[in-house]
Amino acid sequence: MTSATRQHPLVELSGVQKWFGDLHVLADVDLAIDAGEVVVVIGPSGSGKSTLCRAINRLEPIQQGEIRVDGELLPEEGKALARLRADVGMVFQNFNLFAHKTVLQNVTLGPVKVRHRSKGEADKRARELLDRVGVGNQADKYPAQLSGGQQQRVAIARALAMDPKVMLFDEPTSALDPEMINEVLDVMTSLARDGMTMVVITHEMGFARRAANRVVFMDGGRIVESADPETFFTRPTSDRAKDFLSKILTH
Amino acid sequence: MSPVLDNLDLYVDGFLTSLRIIVYSLIGCLLLGLIIAACRVSPVPPLRAFGTFWVTTFRNTPLTVVLVFCAFGLPELGINRSFFFFGVLGLILYTSAFVAEAIRAGINSVPAGQAEAARSLGLGFSLTLRDVVLPQALRTVVPPLGSVLIAMFKNSAVVGAFGVGGDLWSTGQILTSARGYETLPVFIGVAIGYLLITLPAGALLQVIERKVAIAR
Ligand SMILES: Nc1ncnc2c1ncn2[C@@H]1O[C@H](COP(=O)(O)OP(=O)(O)OP(=O)(O)O)[C@@H](O)[C@H]1O
Ligand SMILES: [Mg+2]
Repeated sequence: MTSATRQHPLVELSGVQKWFGDLHVLADVDLAIDAGEVVVVIGPSGSGKSTLCRAINRLEPIQQGEIRVDGELLPEEGKALARLRADVGMVFQNFNLFAHKTVLQNVTLGPVKVRHRSKGEADKRARELLDRVGVGNQADKYPAQLSGGQQQRVAIARALAMDPKVMLFDEPTSALDPEMINEVLDVMTSLARDGMTMVVITHEMGFARRAANRVVFMDGGRIVESADPETFFTRPTSDRAKDFLSKILTH
Repeated sequence: MSPVLDNLDLYVDGFLTSLRIIVYSLIGCLLLGLIIAACRVSPVPPLRAFGTFWVTTFRNTPLTVVLVFCAFGLPELGINRSFFFFGVLGLILYTSAFVAEAIRAGINSVPAGQAEAARSLGLGFSLTLRDVVLPQALRTVVPPLGSVLIAMFKNSAVVGAFGVGGDLWSTGQILTSARGYETLPVFIGVAIGYLLITLPAGALLQVIERKVAIAR
């Protein structure tokens, strides 16, 4: 299905509620993300950003409400959920590369085991993707031999190899040394330009201004504000967003 | 050492019977232990509960009690097999709990984020376990698993004492009680028989340990 013929948002959360024990981590969350849209999620620590992101591929199950990906309700744990997860790429703060596999094997595992591509075909595509994110010459190394920035770019290539409909990024640059942040953000910016649908949790406001169509501000498990980056950064409406921005923009 | 040399054929038979007990039990407890470990980490709560029940039961019951249950309890339930079968079964049930715990500890040593990454690529539970978690768990699993298995090799003597005639331990018993040989030389022979199994096994384990440690 192409975005032109799609009648529904690519990702849709409605009335989502989640509790960890007594803690209400997602409260009345409604969010619709169209194909090709780049949504940056920001908010203070513990506001539920990661939980929101992880709920979209059901790494965290929710207790109430609905989440749909490309119109399909998230299935219960099982084969159907695995199939849906294959269409939702995820990039983690700590990269989570498979330590016992080479860079190339990290990228081909999903296509071979889940998409049932031939090894030759998967290798070829993986090398293209590794070239694209700028680590083509590291293909035969193990993750531990790479810098953090390189590892994260491999993780992005690994997710892209599944041809996902949407990519989720949970603070992809927070574990990186400052000099490596930009190499990862550049890859993400170019993905955004190429029309990838993205949900990005980040504190990198430069990236949000440059690449986002929309900024979603969370606090206490709620979406407090949702606006285009220009509006959000120059004229935030809620006090909590103003307060948050004043704290992070002053350094 | 004449009791040993005089009865070398008995010793060889005993050695081979012990070896059979050990080989069957080894295969059985590894397979069963892997299944129980998979239950223990499964996302399905009833399977997890079953795994926990299994491990708690067999790890906390003396081997002799498990053997009595198999050899004398199961026939009362209408299951009739040889003592050899029941003996091996008991040893497998008992050891599987320890194998499962060693494997589970190895699984837990693999960072949870890698399993999450695998699942978010669309790999199901068994593929995640097989392609991502277990190969890395193996590194941590081999040393404790080795101790569990060598303990099992030695426990095969308990199975022998339980009436599986003809194993190394029973050979020693017969030679001392029925034929009046002195205990010391006879059981030195028995001990040598077990060492012939456990020492090479220990060496083999070290080789495997070194192999998996190098493989990333
Ligand atoms: N597995 C869990 N069990 C219990 N509480 C949890 C769990 N995961 C997260 N929480 C709690 O839920 C709240 C929201 O967590 P979440 O990780 O979604 O926040 P976040 O916005 O991503 O924060 P950060 O910026 O620190 O990453 C926090 O208070 C956190 O302590
Ligand atoms: Mg977080």
